[in-house]
Amino acid sequence: MGGRFGDGRVKPEPEDVKFHADWHPRALALTLACGMLGQWNLDMMRRAREGLAPTDYARFAYYEKWLAALADMLVEVGLVTCAELAGEAAAEPSPLSERRVGPEVVTTILARGGPATRDSAVTARFQPGDSVRTRHLAENTTVPGGHTRLPAYAAGRTGRIVRQHGSHVLPDSNAHGNGEAPEPLYAVAFAARDLWAHPETPLDEVMLDLWQGYLSPA
Amino acid sequence: MPHDDHDHPHTLLPPDPALRVKALETLLTRKGLIDPAALDVIIDTYSNRIGPQNGAHVVARAWSDPGFKAALLADADPVLADMGYYGRQGEHMMVVENTDQVHNMVVCTLCSCYPWPLLGIPPGWYKSDAYRARAVREPRKVLAEFGVTLPDGTAVRVWDSTAEVRYLVLPQRPAGTEGMTETDLQALVTRDSMIGCGMVPAP
Repeated sequence: MGGRFGDGRVKPEPEDVKFHADWHPRALALTLACGMLGQWNLDMMRRAREGLAPTDYARFAYYEKWLAALADMLVEVGLVTCAELAGEAAAEPSPLSERRVGPEVVTTILARGGPATRDSAVTARFQPGDSVRTRHLAENTTVPGGHTRLPAYAAGRTGRIVRQHGSHVLPDSNAHGNGEAPEPLYAVAFAARDLWAHPETPLDEVMLDLWQGYLSPA
Repeated sequence: MPHDDHDHPHTLLPPDPALRVKALETLLTRKGLIDPAALDVIIDTYSNRIGPQNGAHVVARAWSDPGFKAALLADADPVLADMGYYGRQGEHMMVVENTDQVHNMVVCTLCSCYPWPLLGIPPGWYKSDAYRARAVREPRKVLAEFGVTLPDGTAVRVWDSTAEVRYLVLPQRPAGTEGMTETDLQALVTRDSMIGCGMVPAP
């Protein structure tokens, strides 16, 4: 939705507000704890959130998207059946219950994180200062309608490499269970005037982190 | 009420989100996949233990120690790991410095990626459609909604967090803070200033 018109004002809020409803922290914790069962990766979960019906994506609040995607993902990987979700069948004990995360280890798991950097056989093509052009279409090139991290507003635009971040897992592949396919990732600067018909000033820039496969020499 | 949608099994759950959470948690607990006590620990972690005070600590130290600041800007990960600020959604960090010439601001237009170990979970406005849509196209108008007006000649650089790299803004140190201790400086630093949507107020 980057660049979209019509969304109205941003509403700042006091810095001590963390959640806006009692169920929000529960939805957050439930999603993280289920993720710790190791049956999907973060890219798959993002794909599930984006895969909600467009009307639901538009009307759901942030944690409602999380919850809906979680339910969809639980069924997709077979942890839960539709009948169980609907309350039409009694909950069967899961064979994966031995993976259940207890209170004594969650803090350690959160602190350990999940780095996305990997060794890669793909050689870096670009250096800081190089001029590059993004893919003309902001679409997954192997899976129709699949997940990608090239925003539509930055498709087919010319930018400048500012940093090489090393090689990172490629979401376009990993989100579909097609392997991590790591490749070089770059911070790329785009002049606002190259992205928008009415940039606020000629000075401004937008920086994006983009995988090598999204880019070609310009 | 629930209807059959094979692509979207979530429609089988009650539509009210509070009831949805409860239904899912009950089901997953019965299946032995979730321990409610573990959820309590996760909630406590992000409600009380991990939050903007961590980022403020980093900023205050960077203002106080030029060597630390240089190392932080050059390669943040080892510096932050030394301070214990590492973890989920903060595995690959870059710290970007605001100056008279450049004002940095952070957004995730694709979802709501945010540096959790340093700032906690994102504020509501950061996750809003309005912020995600507009921060990249009209950052100065968005800043004005936070009460921030930049001087003429300051360039805006908006970082759209499209990969697993997370960004922390090192805000400008306000005038009148010379001689303040790191602890006192830390108390001045606001969350919004570390996202690039605020200025740190003078004491």
